[in-house]
Amino acid sequence: MKMAAGDQAIIGRRDALAAGFRDIVGREWVLDKEAELRPYECDGLTAYNALPLLVVLPETTQEVSLVLQFCQREGIKIVPRGSGTSLSGGALPLEDGIVLGTARMNRILHVDARNRTARVQPGVQNVRVTEAVKHLGLCYMPDPSSQAIATIGGNVSENSGGVHCLKYGVTSNHITGMEAVLLNGDIIHLGGDFLGGADREFDLTGAVIGSEGLLAIITEVTVRLVPQPATARVLSLGFRSVEDASLCVGAIIAHGVIPAGLEFMDRRIVDAVSSMLGEKHSPEVEALLLCELDGTRTEVDKLVEEVEAIAREIGVAELRISKTEEERAQIWLGRKSAFGAIGKISKDYYCTDGTIPRGKLPEILKRMEGLSKKHGLDYANCFHAGDGNLHPIIMFDAAKPGDLERAEAFGEDILKACVDLGGVLSGEHGVGVEKRDLMGYQFSNIDLAQQQRFKCAFDPDELLNPGKVFPTPCRCAEFGRMHVHNGKLRFPDVPRF
Amino acid sequence: MTTIADNPRTLQRFCPQGVEDVTQAIAEAHAAGRKLEIVGGGTKRSLGDPVTADALLDMSGVAGIDFYEPEELVIKVRAGTPIAEIRQALAEKKQHLAFEPPDYAAFFGNPHAIDTIGGIVACNLAGPRRIQAGAPRDAVLGVEAVNGRGEFFKGGGRTVKNVTGYDMPKLLTGSFGILAVLTSVTLKVLPIQPQEITLLASGLADGKAIDLLTQVLGMPFDVAAAAHQGGVRAGPSLTALRLEGFQGDVAARRAELESLIHRVSDVRAIADEESRTFWRSLRDLSAFAPDPGTCVWRVMLPATQAARVAHAVGGEAIYDWGGAEVFIRTAVDKIEAQARMLRAMADEAGGNACLFRASPEVRKRVSAFQPKPEALHDLGMRIRRMFDPKGILNPGKLGVASNGAL
Repeated sequence: MKMAAGDQAIIGRRDALAAGFRDIVGREWVLDKEAELRPYECDGLTAYNALPLLVVLPETTQEVSLVLQFCQREGIKIVPRGSGTSLSGGALPLEDGIVLGTARMNRILHVDARNRTARVQPGVQNVRVTEAVKHLGLCYMPDPSSQAIATIGGNVSENSGGVHCLKYGVTSNHITGMEAVLLNGDIIHLGGDFLGGADREFDLTGAVIGSEGLLAIITEVTVRLVPQPATARVLSLGFRSVEDASLCVGAIIAHGVIPAGLEFMDRRIVDAVSSMLGEKHSPEVEALLLCELDGTRTEVDKLVEEVEAIAREIGVAELRISKTEEERAQIWLGRKSAFGAIGKISKDYYCTDGTIPRGKLPEILKRMEGLSKKHGLDYANCFHAGDGNLHPIIMFDAAKPGDLERAEAFGEDILKACVDLGGVLSGEHGVGVEKRDLMGYQFSNIDLAQQQRFKCAFDPDELLNPGKVFPTPCRCAEFGRMHVHNGKLRFPDVPRF
Repeated sequence: MTTIADNPRTLQRFCPQGVEDVTQAIAEAHAAGRKLEIVGGGTKRSLGDPVTADALLDMSGVAGIDFYEPEELVIKVRAGTPIAEIRQALAEKKQHLAFEPPDYAAFFGNPHAIDTIGGIVACNLAGPRRIQAGAPRDAVLGVEAVNGRGEFFKGGGRTVKNVTGYDMPKLLTGSFGILAVLTSVTLKVLPIQPQEITLLASGLADGKAIDLLTQVLGMPFDVAAAAHQGGVRAGPSLTALRLEGFQGDVAARRAELESLIHRVSDVRAIADEESRTFWRSLRDLSAFAPDPGTCVWRVMLPATQAARVAHAVGGEAIYDWGGAEVFIRTAVDKIEAQARMLRAMADEAGGNACLFRASPEVRKRVSAFQPKPEALHDLGMRIRRMFDPKGILNPGKLGVASNGAL
């Protein structure tokens, strides 16, 4: 993966540009010294890094609007960034572009308990929303694993998922409206502050969600709040084989049960977690499923019985069912510690994020086994089985020459296999730079051209997060004249990044 | 029964039977600058602003179920597939389209017209269960479509979790055919709950009723519908809450909910077929049979503002989605003044008002949709040009004349 070379003419104007931004946001909110820029050099995809030209930290929508107008006038690229927890390189800086950080836009502006919405600024951490409305018996359901740090703005940009997506949907099912700023400084309001607010004709709310910072800068988000479920219980189901665990996933859904969460952990993860938490599992267990059921007490108790019966029929080897909130938290602790635990058994690891149709689980797991041999690297699996969202964890040693490249090639093969099996390249981390060059594997030239034209309507100068998501520049100026014939662009030799 | 279909003159009609036919028809129209009105079963030709077109693109031949995998909770159907056919296929596996697509054929005066999935998705229309299960925009996982240049493209996929490229499914859902013609949609489906029961409270004033619905929706009852039939009406008002689930669970929630409603009103229950009939009628707006002397507004706004806004307009009102969606039937004679007042109030409340049913002449005068601020309108125009540079798909459907603008 290569990023375009920085524009030296722009880099040479750093001081003059910093002065221009300081006029808008104030002296101390433009960072230009190397020590200040270093923390921004990468996001959660640490294999790639670059120092940004400047970091600009606006506080208000008006300031964002002025910053964007200034960037458009001067031809400066913009990389939006929340907390930098993206795992796909979406917030990877550009040497000739600014990082526009939302850290100062971190207020919960309004909680409307009766209409069950909250209006928040993009820099608010995901978990703070639920904390702010808990006393009302409400919560914000999307819960990415990084929710303690990840911001709502970032969640919206990546259409983040989490454990509860199977039953409750992803971020885009929980956003009713937003305020955003276009590159020309126009402030637009999409959707509304009520259930169904985004259901209007020509709704752009849904299209901006998951657009990875390529369309507009989000300055306010209205989230939908839902009543906290009355109760929740979790079953920990240990199976003798990965196939049995996969079978159980399909059987639960086919039975008409929609769990609040359905998570899969293989033996490697189970062992890693055991060594960290001292949690013992039967040596027979090759795969562990965690199945959470929520709702009213009567409903949950009945569903627990049903899932238990399904698991027993398949031949579950180890069964634990939470009876109290403490037990539930204890069972979940293993899953939540999984990635940290891997850090204890492998020097480095690379985690990717494809999605497959649920029924293809045994097949993709078999293919991973083969790919592991092919690339000579070990791996572990810990993923959202209920919605087919995989997070294969590839273990490598960055100090060994060629190891990172092999890990990336292994990850790439897994993602291609996901597409081959009817799935997609990214379930919740986004395409960013990580999967950018694979987009042509999932989409035809026309599919991609149509998406790039869509971007041109928002950002004709291609200054918003360029080099992300699409393997080639949009070349908006030419779209009016470009013609795609039989799926082939007239200029197949367009420059690659 | 008065039919109010627009474009009564007989237009040239293209009837593609598959994707290739669609791409060819649109590519030729693009080359010739021929404007197309997109129809499936024709139930919603009168929804939106009147379309000015040279020909009809009739998608009813592009029909059929491509695949249905019950254990994956997913179905892929071609755009012209009748909703009834999809419902039946899903029901055989005890599943359904959870967003409860309404059937507005009779409401728009075409009782024999057939609702298609393409039309429902293109207009993003949901029924009472929207409060619990979302709208079409929340169920559409993937789309295949042909843009205004005659190019076939796809977006999304078949999995619930997918952030690979822009969310084209959401962009096209609710775009009223002005960006591209849907040829197929992949939808998330859900199990049908074995039991349903509806609790009814009678005679509550609109404000009180919405307060009650709001209170219930903020509690973990997991209600599957919350509506109120009020406004200016001949009989007493009716407030309805639906519970769905299995027997023991529904009984437990019902007992608790009944005692809560009892604080403000008497309450009675209807179940099974009686409950289903009640919600079907509310969903399809059966109470608002076509009548040339009236028009129907659809106002979407925060529920807590709904009663105040509906009262200012007057007329019979059906509040759905806990009050966030209100249909108001009013006399058509003072429509301009009414539109000005209602749109200002809706705007102030942070919502919008759509003239949902009226004659083409009235909709031309008043425009069906709430006007958008300039920056948003301009952005919409730019997006349209990126999909349909010559503006040949459903020109005028979202307002602005037929010059290739929206």
